Amino acid sequence: MATVEKDSVSGQNTTGHEWDGIKELNTPLPKWWVYVFWATVVWAIGYWFMYPAWPLLNGYTQGSLGYSSRGELAMELDAQKKARSTWLSKIEASDTGAIEKDKDLLRYAMAGGKIAFNENCAPCHGAGGVGVAGAYPTLADDEWLWGGTLADIEQTIKYGVRNANKDTRVSEMPKFGVDGVLKADQIAAVADYVVSMANKAPAKGSAGETVFAENCAVCHGEDGSGQAALGAPALNNQIWLFVKGNKESVAAQVNNPKHGSMPAWAERLDASTIKMLAVYVHNLGGGK
Amino acid sequence: MFKHHAKLETNIFFLAVGILLTIVVGGLVEVIPLFSIESTIEKVDGVRPYTPLELAGRNIYIREGCYNCHSQMIRPFKDEVERYGHYSLAAESKYDHPFQWGSKRTGPDLARVGGKYTDDWQVRHLINPRDVVPGSIMPGYKHLVRKLDYADIGSHLKVNRLVGVPYTDAQIASAKKDLEEQVFADPAAKPAVAASYPKANIGKASISLTNADPKAVTEMDALVAYLQVLGTMVDFKTVDEKAIRR
Repeated sequence: MATVEKDSVSGQNTTGHEWDGIKELNTPLPKWWVYVFWATVVWAIGYWFMYPAWPLLNGYTQGSLGYSSRGELAMELDAQKKARSTWLSKIEASDTGAIEKDKDLLRYAMAGGKIAFNENCAPCHGAGGVGVAGAYPTLADDEWLWGGTLADIEQTIKYGVRNANKDTRVSEMPKFGVDGVLKADQIAAVADYVVSMANKAPAKGSAGETVFAENCAVCHGEDGSGQAALGAPALNNQIWLFVKGNKESVAAQVNNPKHGSMPAWAERLDASTIKMLAVYVHNLGGGK
Repeated sequence: MFKHHAKLETNIFFLAVGILLTIVVGGLVEVIPLFSIESTIEKVDGVRPYTPLELAGRNIYIREGCYNCHSQMIRPFKDEVERYGHYSLAAESKYDHPFQWGSKRTGPDLARVGGKYTDDWQVRHLINPRDVVPGSIMPGYKHLVRKLDYADIGSHLKVNRLVGVPYTDAQIASAKKDLEEQVFADPAAKPAVAASYPKANIGKASISLTNADPKAVTEMDALVAYLQVLGTMVDFKTVDEKAIRR
């Protein structure tokens, strides 16, 4: 072990280490760096006492400030609610009809509704409510399965269609063919009649008309104009969901019907969001 | 301060003791937090082991690498809570081995996707995402419309029990039956699988959209059952927000 000595070239001390005649210079760290280092150590000690820091056998040190990331989130959400309350409190207090009449509230509800729609509804009903042919109804037209008034739309969004919610909208079209209610020739006749109805030229006096009047009219209406209370679609137009508008697909639906379903959004979204959604959907083009 | 370290470095005994002490300290720092891990799991009601069908679906989720693009972890941030719902709890993945928190979101977070869309939508979307979401870049999973191999499902439950999931003997014994029941039973008839596993999504998901044998359980059925239970087990209306703060 060599002793510490001054290096004649650099003027620095050596560390006192020497291997095979090679000595190591002891170049000290810059003073500012050392001060910052010790300052961070002091800071850390303060942090231990004020913030959650050390794991213990059963839990951890909580810190004197009572900080938690989840508590901070609750505070942020409260602050956000307050910031939004100028408008949101009015939405909360008004029904959807009043929201639509107030121009400023309507603008707010449309903007809020659009955001909620794109996140929650657009996956099925498409951006802007265009729907998916053969699967999910269009919301941008004036054809409604469960009614197109504000109250109808709000009810449908809240409780959905054919789900596990106790207030859900339900109706099941009977399996006329599979359950043997109608014979094959009757189904063919009624399918013919429905197609003629959709073409605005119902085949009066046909066998299909009788079958329709006896089996279908109770829900779909005598003239095929549908019944929103039962979710029975209008058949006297060319707007179809599961059916393609030809005889074969109408017959298939009569034989073993397809039914759509929709979640109950009251289980996931708050009342104000649902109101904004109802107003937004009502204003997509076809609200009644 | 370190004047004597030459002695440490040149004496094999002291050096060994020094190395041992260093490793002990480093090891304790890593191990001690695990002693208190129980206290990090929030005490909430409702979290149950996966049904055999959900477990099979989870295995498919892992096999197909869904976690590469989808996380299952809603962080306690304002924007995430606004979009996805309540932040995820540790308790909600306590029966996940391994958990599927993920670290990459090419697609959206799935921690609360259960019940958000209908079974019908999930099946359509899995077969070809562009059919329902035109801008989606997710690949189609049409091949999942094939028979699920669940002959060994009881062993999957058993292995999960080995690592701490509280499956009962009865649940393990009836795993195969429960799996089939979840697909084919009428939910209105209150089948046994629903009593054993509350909130299970009963019913066949892929019934009308695919050409699969309607009497067979498909991988699609299993995956959709799994997706539909994600994030639905805890009823946050009954949770004391202050008690789960960490």
